[in-house]
Amino acid sequence: MAGSGDLAHVELRGITKRFAGTTALDDVTVAIRAGSVHALVGENGAGKSTLGKILAGVHSPDEGQLLIRGEPVSLHSPREALDHGIATIGQEPSVVPYLTVAENVFLGAEPRRLGTVRRRALHRRYDALLGSSGFTLRGDRLAGSLRISEQQEVEILRALSRSAEVVIMDEPTAALSGPDTARLHEIVRSLAAQGKTVLLISHFLREVLDLADTVTILRDGRFVRTASTDSETEDSLIEGMLGRPLASTFPPKRPPAADAPVVLRASGVRAPGVAGVDLVVRAGEIVGLAGLVGAGRSELGLALFGANPVHDGEITLNDAPLRGGPRRRLQAGLALIPESRKDQGLVLDRPVFENASLPRLRSLSRAGVVTRRHEQSETHAVLERCDVRARSFRAPVRALSGGNQQKVLFARVFLCQPSLVIADEPTRGVDVGAKRAIYDFLAELAEQGLGVLLISSELEELIGLAHRVVVMRAGQVAAELDGDAIDESAILAAAFGNRPREAA
Amino acid sequence: MMDASDAGEPTPPPEAAPPPEAASAAGAPAAGGPAGPWHAKLTRAVEVRNVGILLPFVALFISLSIASSPFATKTNLLQILDQQAATLIIAAAGTLVLVAGGIDLSVGATYSLAGVTAARMAEHTSPAVAILIGIAAGVLVGAVNGLVVTVLRINSLIVTLATAFIAGGVATRITNGNLLVLFDHPSFGDLAKTEALGVKTSIWIMLAAVIVIGFVLGRATVGRYIYAVGGNDQAALLAGVPVNAVRVLTFVLSGAAAGLAGVLDTARVLSAQASTGDINLTFSVLTGIVVGGTSILGGIGAVWRTVVGVLFIALIYNGYELLHFNVVYEPIILGVILIAAVALDSWSRRRQ
Repeated sequence: MAGSGDLAHVELRGITKRFAGTTALDDVTVAIRAGSVHALVGENGAGKSTLGKILAGVHSPDEGQLLIRGEPVSLHSPREALDHGIATIGQEPSVVPYLTVAENVFLGAEPRRLGTVRRRALHRRYDALLGSSGFTLRGDRLAGSLRISEQQEVEILRALSRSAEVVIMDEPTAALSGPDTARLHEIVRSLAAQGKTVLLISHFLREVLDLADTVTILRDGRFVRTASTDSETEDSLIEGMLGRPLASTFPPKRPPAADAPVVLRASGVRAPGVAGVDLVVRAGEIVGLAGLVGAGRSELGLALFGANPVHDGEITLNDAPLRGGPRRRLQAGLALIPESRKDQGLVLDRPVFENASLPRLRSLSRAGVVTRRHEQSETHAVLERCDVRARSFRAPVRALSGGNQQKVLFARVFLCQPSLVIADEPTRGVDVGAKRAIYDFLAELAEQGLGVLLISSELEELIGLAHRVVVMRAGQVAAELDGDAIDESAILAAAFGNRPREAA
Repeated sequence: MMDASDAGEPTPPPEAAPPPEAASAAGAPAAGGPAGPWHAKLTRAVEVRNVGILLPFVALFISLSIASSPFATKTNLLQILDQQAATLIIAAAGTLVLVAGGIDLSVGATYSLAGVTAARMAEHTSPAVAILIGIAAGVLVGAVNGLVVTVLRINSLIVTLATAFIAGGVATRITNGNLLVLFDHPSFGDLAKTEALGVKTSIWIMLAAVIVIGFVLGRATVGRYIYAVGGNDQAALLAGVPVNAVRVLTFVLSGAAAGLAGVLDTARVLSAQASTGDINLTFSVLTGIVVGGTSILGGIGAVWRTVVGVLFIALIYNGYELLHFNVVYEPIILGVILIAAVALDSWSRRRQ
């Protein structure tokens, strides 16, 4: 069964798919070789997930044909797709937490006798499956106790147990931390080594170049090109996705003058997750805050913003001590772009313009009533300036793409005109084009003389933007890197506490 | 009435229309659709939630007008409004509680407490003082609800269930279980029974209360805060919204409304007793709010919807009476409508 030469295992021919007046896919043709790892890349809304879902039987194409090993098929449900050997692994795996790994893998297909599960037979089968697939996950662990990457393994094993030949992975590493990502990459490689065909949908271009043999680029629902990953680079992929060259990933760095005034000064700050931090941010300076997940970066941001209690230490903004909760700190000139825009940033059911004006609503009101015209003109100006793309600014912010939602939060910052902005993972889950826009915003804010505290897990971002990087470990400052001293290995060494570790 | 309370929705004032149109034109390619301005407007207009209760209400109104000649008469319609005045006032304020993500189960007991307090006071003092003290009793219950919910961080369902028992108990204590009759103090009835322009003051007061509450939710700064708190309290807090103060305010308004309604009904019938507004009133109010399309999960809703929801149910009752249907089926129909309304809410949420 294993991959034999150039035979197209799966072929999507002239696929067109429309949703309520929107053309998600327009005459797209992709051939996926058996036994290969084939990546799909494109901006949000380019149609890559839709293509994956057509192959997975979730959507039916309006036009075009689906061929499996040269035979035309039509799939109307994920169930039918599985019958043709096609399985999907999602971002958030679905396992039953109180069942064991083996029970989850054979869920719905357990060896049974008289309505009861034959446990021993189940585990024998599970061990056989491990033997044939090279996985090592123990079958008697509770699925609820597994890490996300291990839950994904359960899903992959489930697919393999139903003799899946094609595995679709839709953003499998989006929710994973470093080591788990590495583990998932191994799994993809081992699937390929077993002759399975993998369709990898991913935002992470480096991941695509590392893992995939072939890559197909989509833009606005149209096919751009399919090429061997050997002939592509991150830049060439981005260019293909955007349809224009991306001048450079980061705006030029303009460090502040040495005598620029200090905007934010934190000394000896102790708060939940923060164990004594000293920090200075100057006007016009972008200070990167690096560290592993759980090192206390976001916690420091929340403490500075007054959302978490500060047990000890002093925080001043423009030499005035900061007190009170977020409301008072906003008034004092602090702004926060929180880590999770959906949970902490936006009121998703409310219109775009209301989300932009919320922190400044009082100054846009008279006698306790919102002065709508004033609000409209102010928010529209700033939303357009931030290039927020929406059907209408009255549409719920929920309807916007991740990148545009994040731009709404930046519009808020521009509207508030603070003296310091704390941006926590501002580019998480946004596409390439929006990323560059956000980098420009951060640089622009700094040029306007604001202090910027940039919390990020993407080292490139910190290296590309920050004038200075503060590395946190276990709630404390582990290192401070300046100018040319900012590089990946120095940040990682400090983040991991100088123990040599594989960089994920 | 409906126009003024329409404020709860983010519908644009007509004069502010051009800017978003420009934006939508610019955004259309990104959104990937041929969504021109008219298209966007149309989509918004036909959105299920926005039309929601209005279509069935109009349909019911027209059918009843055809089926029963006494229905569409001034007397009948004004009588419906008079009877529903208390429910409408409480439900309007209750909408704010629900939109802010809470629930107030104490309104029925608060209504009784305010009614008997005012009645007892009216025996000794002037009607004006009695009325104010009755409403103050409602404000007090609301303030206790709000403070316990925010300071002790207890789920409002439990808190207001508890204060419902307490307020009901205090009301019984005040009346000693008797019916308080104010036939000796007919001037107290002036609050509800005076006619102005051919309409009773109970209806005028209800209109004023509903319009004010609708304005608070739809136009006032604090109204925005209420939506933000109910939609995402954490985001609201980080955007500088005084989340707890907003929550307390919604409960105080709800208590005040229940107090006003209790006093108003006492004036309407010139008597009060501790059990008049028991849990049934609470549930009628909640049913009206939810049937109107305000989400029990918070963040979504409007006062005009609640008005339509309450009146929709009132029309059903009225229709039963006028058409001499078997009253036994009333609660059954009500139950079906309630489930349909909540199902619609959950369906439209899932669609997003």
